[in-house]
Amino acid sequence: MIKVTNLVKNYGDFQAVRDISFDVDKGEIFAFLGPNGAGKTTTIKMLTTLLKPTSGTVELDGLDPSVEHNEARKRFGIVFQDPSLDDELTAYENMDFHGVLYKVPRNLRRERIESLLKLFEVWDRRNDPVKQFSGGMKRSLEIARGLLHTPKILFLDEPTLGLDPQTRNQLWTHVKKLNDEERVTVFMTTHYMEEAERVAHRIAIIDHGKIVAQGTAQQLKQQTGGETLEQAFLALTGSTIRDEDASSVDQMRNMARMFRRGRS
Amino acid sequence: MSAIYILWLRQLKRYVRSKPRIIASLGQPLLFLLALGFGFGPIFQRAGQGNYIQFLAPGVIGMTILFTAVFSGIELIWDRQFGFLKETLVAPVPRILVMIGRTLGGATVAMIQGLIVVLICLVAGFRVTNFQALPEAILVMVLVSIMFTALGTAIASVLSDFQGFQLVMNFLVMPIFFLSGALFPLTNLPTVLNAVATIDPLSYGVDGLRSALIGVAHFGLPLDLAVLSVIAAALVGAGSVLFSRIQL
Repeated sequence: MIKVTNLVKNYGDFQAVRDISFDVDKGEIFAFLGPNGAGKTTTIKMLTTLLKPTSGTVELDGLDPSVEHNEARKRFGIVFQDPSLDDELTAYENMDFHGVLYKVPRNLRRERIESLLKLFEVWDRRNDPVKQFSGGMKRSLEIARGLLHTPKILFLDEPTLGLDPQTRNQLWTHVKKLNDEERVTVFMTTHYMEEAERVAHRIAIIDHGKIVAQGTAQQLKQQTGGETLEQAFLALTGSTIRDEDASSVDQMRNMARMFRRGRS
Repeated sequence: MSAIYILWLRQLKRYVRSKPRIIASLGQPLLFLLALGFGFGPIFQRAGQGNYIQFLAPGVIGMTILFTAVFSGIELIWDRQFGFLKETLVAPVPRILVMIGRTLGGATVAMIQGLIVVLICLVAGFRVTNFQALPEAILVMVLVSIMFTALGTAIASVLSDFQGFQLVMNFLVMPIFFLSGALFPLTNLPTVLNAVATIDPLSYGVDGLRSALIGVAHFGLPLDLAVLSVIAAALVGAGSVLFSRIQL
């Protein structure tokens, strides 16, 4: 369902993603694990048409997202790592906006919005502007929105960041149900090893833009001799602490630097 | 179509909900109208040019539309910073439709602000002398709104945060306003100023409003409408191209 071959993304001299390849089968839940700044989000951006790869190819359901943008976009849904709601709109309006863009028919849209907002316990506050929501509620709303249309592929980029255990549980139960009943392919990233172990069929570990290991949780543990997935992860990626992803200001500076270099 | 509609509706909802912004954006036109209008009124009169408020009002209406429209377009930077842009960019909607929806939304907001300022001008003593040309006046306002919203969107598509915003205001938007003939007649100007005013798109907007509302023309309404249509179309085109190239 997802086929990535020799994917590379460079920002000037910095190699964010270095020649990675992997396949995700239809109906599979695939977890992408890695320390901060390892290239997880950059990879997801290239898979979801937000970023053009420097080289290499991506196939989503047989389509190249950098050429057939719209057909590819119809195939997937995504929950982003960082906020992507309109704070001035209400929870319901955010959901409705999404539903219209994804052409979910009006009646079905109403039904699904209601059931998802109830599932993630945002229904009572549906008519409040999102700017009044707590961080956790915004997160819940984002997840509910990502599930509003039923895509073939679901990208979840650290979806449980800042969620309470109840909502986290709700999310994974729902994702597993979608996967079992509707054969939705799931591509997820997370920092919580127990989540990856619980839901993912296969796991890839990425570090410094390279995939350092792939396989089932069991295989990774055997390969490294670790007892838990966390130990396996640390054995593969080392225990030094990584820089956080660059802030937008840093990115801006990098861009400016690249721009100058490009012209001189 | 439904995508354009929902994007348009969103811009409008955001506008209606930000009451402070509506009020704040009316302060500037009011100040120009009162300070310049009444301040320079006697001199203008003595120079034999007639009533300055009559002359200035279309300029102030044009100014309001210019500022509101560019700002609505530039709001795109906000969406980028607060992350909402991603939501529209991964949706299965051609980006050109996203751009058109946003632009129509921003243009509608600019149009509403423009109409409010028309009312303020009427209160300040502005009198429309030619009611038959009201549809043309509205058409000029619509074109100016679309033109500058598209310009704002095009600029915001290549800026990734607000660092460049002040630059755009001081070196593009302010000159467009001050050199347009919104404040002074375009006759007997020094050559350089005349040349700049001739290539300033707002000159045609203000001139179009003057010819439609009070029957005073420099370029003439047909030329005004032609120039505005061509530039609006070109900017919507350029904006669409730049917008569809956005990478995050």
